[in-house]
Formats: sequence, structure tokens, C-alpha cells
Amino acid sequence: MTSLQRRIVSRTAEVFCGFAVLIALLPLAAILFYVIREGIGALNLAFFTQMPKPVGEAGGGMGNAIAGTLILIGLAALFAVPVGVVCGIHLAEYPGSKFTSIVRFAADVLNGVPSIVVGIFAYGIAVLPVKRFSAIAGGVALAILMLPIVIRTTEELLRLVPSGLREGALALGASRSRAIFTVILPAALPGILTGILVALARIAGETAPLLFTSFNNRFWSTNLAQPIASLTVQVFTYAISPYEDWHRQAWAGAFLLVMMILTLSMIARFAVRRLERMNRP
Amino acid sequence: MQRHFDRDIEEIKELLLRMGGMVEQQMGDSVRALLDRDTDLAQHVIERDRDIDQMELVIDQKTIELMAVMQPAASDLRFVATIMKINPELERIADLAQDVCERAIELNREPALKPISQLPLLADHAQRMVREALDSFVRGDVELARNVIRQDDVVDQLTEDSFRSLLTYMLENPRNIASAIRLTFIGKYFERMADNATNICEMVVYLVEGKMIKHTPLQ
Amino acid sequence: MSQTKITVRDFDFYYGSAKVLHGITLDVPENQVTALIGPSGCGKSTFVRSINRMNDIIPEAHGEGTILIDGKNVYGRETDVVSLRRRVGMVFQKSNPFPKSIFDNVAYGLRINGRKTKRDIEQIVEKSLTRAALWDEVKDRLNGSAFALSGGQQQRLCIARALAVDPEILLMDEPASALDPIATTKIEELIYELKSNYTIVIVTHNMQQAARVSDQTAFFMLGKLVEVSDTKTIFMNPKEKMTEDYVTGRFG
Repeated sequence: MTSLQRRIVSRTAEVFCGFAVLIALLPLAAILFYVIREGIGALNLAFFTQMPKPVGEAGGGMGNAIAGTLILIGLAALFAVPVGVVCGIHLAEYPGSKFTSIVRFAADVLNGVPSIVVGIFAYGIAVLPVKRFSAIAGGVALAILMLPIVIRTTEELLRLVPSGLREGALALGASRSRAIFTVILPAALPGILTGILVALARIAGETAPLLFTSFNNRFWSTNLAQPIASLTVQVFTYAISPYEDWHRQAWAGAFLLVMMILTLSMIARFAVRRLERMNRP
Repeated sequence: MQRHFDRDIEEIKELLLRMGGMVEQQMGDSVRALLDRDTDLAQHVIERDRDIDQMELVIDQKTIELMAVMQPAASDLRFVATIMKINPELERIADLAQDVCERAIELNREPALKPISQLPLLADHAQRMVREALDSFVRGDVELARNVIRQDDVVDQLTEDSFRSLLTYMLENPRNIASAIRLTFIGKYFERMADNATNICEMVVYLVEGKMIKHTPLQ
Repeated sequence: MSQTKITVRDFDFYYGSAKVLHGITLDVPENQVTALIGPSGCGKSTFVRSINRMNDIIPEAHGEGTILIDGKNVYGRETDVVSLRRRVGMVFQKSNPFPKSIFDNVAYGLRINGRKTKRDIEQIVEKSLTRAALWDEVKDRLNGSAFALSGGQQQRLCIARALAVDPEILLMDEPASALDPIATTKIEELIYELKSNYTIVIVTHNMQQAARVSDQTAFFMLGKLVEVSDTKTIFMNPKEKMTEDYVTGRFG
């Protein structure tokens, strides 16, 4: 190949790659554009502070749904993070055992289970026995979705911690568990937090499981034993309704959702990068 | 495993042996100059001493350079120490040969004395000891080295004997005194050459066995 | 004449079924530096890690034989590994400060031993950093990250950290091999000063370092102890031909 031929091939490949990137970014750009255009009109103070008005009345907002989503992902984190982190620790500490391979496989499978199936399962264990929809049930469903991500992230990050740190701790007379909790886990923390934030971003956007568990609530509620509103379900409800006003609010809700997920992802990147700077050798 | 330092070590060894050869030559010539009353030869020997002094400097320099870059250990370290100690011993032997020649020239200006038997014997011993000392170094022969060291007593005895003979000459005829004294000096020079040879042998034992036998009486 | 701090008799070590140390027998004198030299893979690191049972974390690794510290067998059934490691400190080839502040690094060992008041900890941290010749360089930034230090400083930090728990024995596995010459010299001088208070065992692949720093040198080869003697003898007039060949660079 001559030098000229090589340059042509290289250039062509570059251009091709550039196009591929643009095409990949297209859906995201389209979503943002659409959502912003349609939704920004309905975003006002009332949207954030007021409850949905009865059918037919204009105005109202999604204040309760916003609060609800936050409560739900908070509950999910409360259930999934401790269990997931401890599980991840076990997987990382006993990499060879049969039990570990089984658990790892189970987590991977769970990761792939459709969220609606998880929702139905949560319905079965958290709603049916008490014959009532509740925020807790919603939290349980979301926690199950969050769990595999937390487990795998924790395990991977613990394994990435340089073995020198463990040896250093052990050599000073730390027991194995002491070493894990005082040195290795803190060292892996930035990455684990990233994983948690990413998982939160994912479950914040779930709709199907919530339909069977937390259901929905037109009123302000912080009672965990009662159904609770959530942005996703609210958007769904409004979107399939026949009312113009509600459609606009649905767009605003969608816009808010996208923004929330974007923000969570950005926090995950930047705040954690700062933590890492302290940790990097 | 071959090391590139082995070449440097061989080079230094060779230089030392060459110097040893030159020193043996000087010794032989000085004895002949003395016995044959050959002033020209004596003059030669005196002039050639300069070459040996040069060799000493070169060997010193190369050995120190080797120490700097090699950081020698164990037998290499002992080799370096041995070279640094044998080097000046050889140079001193050559200086003593030069001294012999200077006295020989002075002697040749006077009429010859009756020859005494011990002096040639003494010279012979000293030469042999130096030669064998160098041989023991080349071959790493500690047996030979120890034998040479034992010879030193013989040399000391011969020196004492020749002094006594010369004393007799001095007592016989005062006109002999000057020459006899010069011959006494010459006897001393050969004795010291033998001592130098002994020192060389002690270093050979150190090199091979790692034992320092200097100042320790030999069984 | 020095007391013996560590007595090793017929010590074997296995990785699974592979025997990597064969009948090691040697005495480590108290308050002196013992250097372990030998070609790569000769078992010197494995041996030194056996002394504080750091090899325990490797699955299927086990040792047989006697390693006595002050008369008690390290491999005995009643030995508490955790308290063993508080008496026997270790410094590693690659410095491994924790992702914490300088102060917290040195205080770590103290805190996990449930020790002491805040004031005690501060005093011990200062004393340890001083002993490790690092105090002057870090006294104004004790709360700064340990990673802000240079390589040589980090290694000295690790030494301070090990000293803080007041061990009797200090094991060093090639402590200077990742450092530049000036940092190396600082570490060597530090070792020289520390030996009056600690028994030190140092693994090094740098023979000149062993010669400079140690009182006794042990030469390992293929998992066996070939020769052990005072350092001057090893480097001037070793008994074994293998030692001679190794020390003069004729092999390995």
C-alpha cells in the first residue's frame, strides 16, 4: 500500500466512525429535543408544588409524584445497598467456591429478568399478604431490580483493589474482616458509590413494577404503608388519558425524569472523580 | 558465565607478570654486572628501572579502575587486594637491583676484592625465590608459596655469613673497607629482595585460601 | 555475642504439593540485620513471608517445621496469627500506603489494636514518623493524602506504619527495589539506625545492598539455604563454591 492509499483508507475510516457516532447519538438528541420542546411549556412552580387536580380542572402539578419517586428510590437503596454490598464482599472474598459461582450466576440472571416480572413477584410477596398496595412494596420491587447491579459492582471493585493494601493491613495484625471493612472497602468506595448511583438512575425510570406495587396516589402521601405516586406511573397515567392539559404535564414529567437521570449520572461521574483523586496512588 | 570483567582481570594479571619478567631480568643483569664487573650493563639496569616504575603506575591505575566499576566480591576482591600488594613489592625488588648496580659501578672503580662464596649463592637464592614467588602466583600454588617463605631463613643465614666474611676482609686490610662495606650493602639488598619475594608469597596464600598469614610464623 | 531472636530448624514450605523450601535451618540474631540473597525464585521471599505467616492467605500453601520466635513456634497450633503479626512487622517491595491521610496510615495499627487515647496515638505517630526519618518532611501535612508523597517517602511511611505498633522484628521484602538511588540510600541508612532497636530481616536481590547493610547474610538457591555466615565472610571468603559464584556474578 502506498502512503497515499493508506491516508485515504485512514480518512475514510475516520469519517465512517464519525458518522456512526452521530447516528448513535441521534436517538438521545431526538428524545431530549422532543421532550424539552413539548414539556418545557408545562413546567412552572405549580408543577413542582401542587397535586393533580381532579379530572376536568386545569392546572395542578406533580409535586407528590416527584416526592414519591424520591421516596421509592430511597427505600430501594435502603433494602438493596446493605444486602448487595455484603453479598458483593462475600463473592470477592471467596472467588473460588461453588456457592460463589452459583450466586454470581443468579445475580446475572436476575439482572436480565424483565422488570414487569419482578413487579408481579413483588405483588405476590408484598401486596397480596397485606391486601394493599404500598410504597414499601414499590421499594421492594425496585430493590430487587437494583440488587444485581450493586452486587456485581461491589464484587468487581473489591477485586480491583490492589492486593498490596490487603497485605499491608494483614501484616499490621488486622483480622481478615477488619482488613476488609477498614481498608479494602473504603478503597473501593468511590467505585461502589458510582455503581449505586447508576443503579438508582436505572430504577428511577421504572414503571411496570410500580404498577403492581406502589400503584399510584393522587394525593400527597408519605405513609409508607399506603400507595404512593411516582413520576413514571403518573406520566403513564396522564399520557394515555384523553386530556390535552394532562398530556402537556406528562411531557413535563418525562422531561423531569430525563433530567433527573441525567443529573444522577453526572453526579456519579463528577463527585466520584473527586473522591478518586484522593485515593489514587 | 563469562563476565566482561574477566578480560580486565586477565589484562591486569598479564601486566603484572610482564612486570615480573622485567624484574627478573633486572635482577639477573645486576648480578652479572656485579660478578663480571660490567659497568655498562650496570648502567643499563639503572636506566631501565624507569620502565618498571611506569608499569607500577599503570597496574595501580587499572586495578583501582576495576574496583570502581566492578565492586568486586570474594575471590575477585582478594585478587584486587593481592595485585595492589604485589605491585609495589615488585617495584621495590627492581629498585634494589638498581641499588646493586650503583654499588657495582662504585666497586668497579676500585681493585677487585677476593671473591666470597656466599654472595653469588645469596644472589642465586634471592633470584630463585623471586622467580618461584611469581610462579606460585601464576599457578595459584600455595605449596610452592609456603616453601619459598621457608627459604627466607636460608637467605638470612647467608647474608649473616657473607657479612662475617666481609668483616674479615675489613679487619685484614683497611684499604678493603670501602669495597667491603659496599659489598655488605649489596648483601643486604639481596636479603631484602628475598623478603619482598616472601611478601609476594604471603599474598598468594591469601588469594587462594583467603587466609592472611602475614606476620604469622610458618610451621 | 547476640541473642538469637528467631530460630529456624528444618523448615519446609509447600505450595500445594510442590515443595519450595527444603529444610531451612538458621538463626537470626537479635538487633542485627540479616540479609537473604539469591537468584529469583530461590525462595527467599517465601521464607521471609513464612515468618509472619503472610503465606497463609495463599490457598493450599502450608509450612512444616520449626520457626521459633523467643522460643514459641510460629507454626504451632496455639499461635494466634493476628498477635504474631503485631510483633513481626512487614514492609513490602511495592510501598502500599492506605488511601487515607498520612496520620491515619501510621495510626491504623494502633487503632485496630484498640489502643490508647487520642494523645497517645498522636505521640506514637510522631515518634514513629521520626524513627522512620520522615517527620520533618510531613509534620505540616499529616492530614494530607498519603499518595501525595514521593515513592521514597511512601516507603518510609510504610516503615513508620509498621514501627507504630512497636514490633520486635521487622521483615523487609526488597524494600528499596522500586526506589531511585537517593531514596535507596535513605532507606539503607534508616535500616542501619533501626537495628539497634529491632531485629531486621531483609530480602534483597541487590548484593551490594546486602553487603552495605547487613551483619549476617544467608544465601538461598532453589529453595535451599546454601550458606549463612557473617556478611564480611560471605563477601570476602565464602565457603561454598555456589556462594562464591553467585556473589562474583558468575551466574544468576
